[in-house]
Amino acid sequence: MIEASTDALLPSPGSRVRPVRDPFHGDLLEVSMGPHHPSTHGVFRMVATLDGETIVRLKPVFGYLHRNHEKLGESTTYLASMPYTDRLDYLCSMTNNWAYALAVERLIGQPVPERAEYVRVILAELTRLLNHTCLAGFLLQDCGASGTPLMYAFREREKILDLFESLSGSRMMCNYQRFGGCRVDPGAHWLAAASRVTEGYGRFLDEFEALLTGNEIMMARTQGVGPLSAKLAVAAGVTGPMLRAAGVAYDIRKVDGYGIYPRFNFRVPLGEHGDTYDRYMLRILEMRESIPILRQALAEIPAGPIMDPKARLRGLRPKAGESYGRIEGPKGEIGFYLVSDGTPNPYRYRVRPPSLINLTILEDLCLGRTIADAVIILGSVDIVLGEVDR
Amino acid sequence: MLGTGLIKGLMVTAKNLAGSFHDPERLVTTEYPEQRTVLPQNYRNFPFLVTENAEDPMGTLRCVACQICEKECPPQCIYIEKSKDKKADAAGKMQIYPAVFDIDISVCMSCQICVEVCPFDAIKMDQVFEIATADRFTGLLLDRGQLSKPNSYFHQIHPTDAAEVDGRLAAERKAAAEKAKAAAAAAAAKAAASTASAPSPVKAPPPVSAPPPATAVPAIPPPVSPPPPPSPPPQP
Amino acid sequence: MNPAMETPEQIRDRLLARFPGAEISLVPNPAPGAQPSLCVGAAHLREAAVFLRDDDALRLDYCSNVTGIDWPKPGHLEVVYHLYSMALRHGPLVLRARTGNRADLVSLPSLTPVWRSCEFQEREVFDLYGVVFEGHPDLRRLLMWDEFKDFPMRKDYVEPPDYEWEPTAHDAVAAKAALQHPAAAAPSPAPSPEKT
Ligand code: SF4
Ligand code: SF4
Repeated sequence: MIEASTDALLPSPGSRVRPVRDPFHGDLLEVSMGPHHPSTHGVFRMVATLDGETIVRLKPVFGYLHRNHEKLGESTTYLASMPYTDRLDYLCSMTNNWAYALAVERLIGQPVPERAEYVRVILAELTRLLNHTCLAGFLLQDCGASGTPLMYAFREREKILDLFESLSGSRMMCNYQRFGGCRVDPGAHWLAAASRVTEGYGRFLDEFEALLTGNEIMMARTQGVGPLSAKLAVAAGVTGPMLRAAGVAYDIRKVDGYGIYPRFNFRVPLGEHGDTYDRYMLRILEMRESIPILRQALAEIPAGPIMDPKARLRGLRPKAGESYGRIEGPKGEIGFYLVSDGTPNPYRYRVRPPSLINLTILEDLCLGRTIADAVIILGSVDIVLGEVDR
Repeated sequence: MLGTGLIKGLMVTAKNLAGSFHDPERLVTTEYPEQRTVLPQNYRNFPFLVTENAEDPMGTLRCVACQICEKECPPQCIYIEKSKDKKADAAGKMQIYPAVFDIDISVCMSCQICVEVCPFDAIKMDQVFEIATADRFTGLLLDRGQLSKPNSYFHQIHPTDAAEVDGRLAAERKAAAEKAKAAAAAAAAKAAASTASAPSPVKAPPPVSAPPPATAVPAIPPPVSPPPPPSPPPQP
Repeated sequence: MNPAMETPEQIRDRLLARFPGAEISLVPNPAPGAQPSLCVGAAHLREAAVFLRDDDALRLDYCSNVTGIDWPKPGHLEVVYHLYSMALRHGPLVLRARTGNRADLVSLPSLTPVWRSCEFQEREVFDLYGVVFEGHPDLRRLLMWDEFKDFPMRKDYVEPPDYEWEPTAHDAVAAKAALQHPAAAAPSPAPSPEKT
């Protein structure tokens, strides 16, 4: 049998090896899953080496959706990159917009009006609800619960997407935030609609949990599958719900306190075992924490301008310098690193993609499990290939 | 007891099944081609060019071919050629107009940046989404004629925005007309003064912005509501 | 950002005290409110990284972001690491390392043995910029295919002129199309005639 990585904190060596003969275990089989496998959530490939049905090596292969987003960002203006950020993680365009806006605002020292900060929090938390709901649905789909939970999840997600559409004009490609605020003001009507969705969400979560959380099949399928230790999670730079499911209390909303998050009182749920079930549960708990944040933001949102009156839309030429803006996206730390050389285009435009970095430990989670488990472990990592491959 | 979780879950599915017959909260699908949902006002799809007058779309394009949108469009799907001559716009000012204005909507990503950067409110987002075509090259390349739609259509799809834009334009045009009038008066006074003091062989130049000629476009219809405060645009 | 962390100046002084003779300099950052970054010479990069990770006052155990930057002007490639501490919840410290030039002296020590999270990100920097990380366990291309030759994120990368027909012919695209398809470009890809 091939040696799995002995030191858990180090990756196993190269994958170009094609193990064929092994006198004690017979032949090992190399299976290429994807890029068109439905359980890989997009065009993603895993090269799994199997001993019987057990995975002894698994190497992810990326790049099928690579379009060099960063080069595009460097060849257009600061403003023109904003709609492209929607297309990174297309489930969470609002948080991508925010992270990018934050990086640019840090680069040019642009203040953001109070009302826009509230709107951003509202949208970020709605995005979190949306993403985690979808994830739970997809995870169940990966477990084999074909259709039903996913359709319930999509029904609720559609309510949030309707909100996004009526605000920004598009369900998923919102392109809503600007440097120094947001594009259009959500009127009282929109805020009331958002309140209605927020209030209804708790009920949906109760129902969803009744369907799944205590479900014996679900528990048998996910508990103890793909445990992630806190030590490995920190070393590998895993962020977001995956990190917290491993028991590390690190939420950028608390640590950085960007925007107006310090004004909100919320708890950061933590997992115990870091297994797939914990990762699922943690997302449900996070959604439950998002609802009070939304409620508070919707109640407290002040009147006022949505854009800083001095903010410029076109012709941005930041002085030479660099900035890194990161926020707690639903998938983890989404960050934008910008280097300016004083021209209208960024000199360097880098996206720190949370799904890619969370995915890098896939092999460690899957070793010793079966192919069927690898599918749900991948489902619980929560990836969107638009962001992984960029 | 083993199995209680399963039974609880099955009750949820049963509730949803029953609910889908009477509860609109649980039956959210619409039978698309027959039933249509109402699009929100902010919904955007592809851009169109606003013309003042439906009768004479090409003569009354608001666009002055400044090419700002062409420059700012992230995927570079707008192509503009400026005209060689000038024609009068709605306010009667002589302006360049786009001799060619193409948008390749197979490349356009509906980002609305062209709308935001246009200083003349000449390009707006449309809501037509049934644009499938069998010809993916030229069928999706819209030219000036296909792109232009009258202002009344803009009022129909984005009433709030359109009212705001009309109010602002009307105010701007009024201010411009007053300024032109003042300038004309000043020029006339100056001319009168100069002719009085030292008659010159050169005729005084005509005022820069003459009042609209008779052939010019009829004034835009008055906005449906009083012009709202300049910013932010209200959202219903 | 966090006042709890030492300033980059203090960190530099402590690093210099710990590794006398190391090339460590501060790179100023004129952006508003931003902190300078530490540029560490390749010779001491790995020791410095281990020090930053294990020092009790710093504990920068989380390497969030690894980026390459191409600087054709001074003529080197740069790798930027954004370090945070999950244990002490502070950061960031921006660490940079520079290669000798852009052609043959492009290797730097890999920091994957220090922070596992560098593994794939360093592969990406290798893929897109061509920085060779010595000591990386599995240095292959990440996003481009293995047979790909060039490094696409370098500033002097020339895109292959394999454009399809482009209806809104902007000059740059038209020039490329003419280069690639001289025959097709001859009847100039003019926009369709006007209807009016
Ligand atoms: S649409 Fe607007 S921005 Fe574009 S060329 Fe015409 S006037 Fe200029
Ligand atoms: S909507 Fe965006 S992509 Fe489309 S033409 Fe306007 S700027 Fe270009």
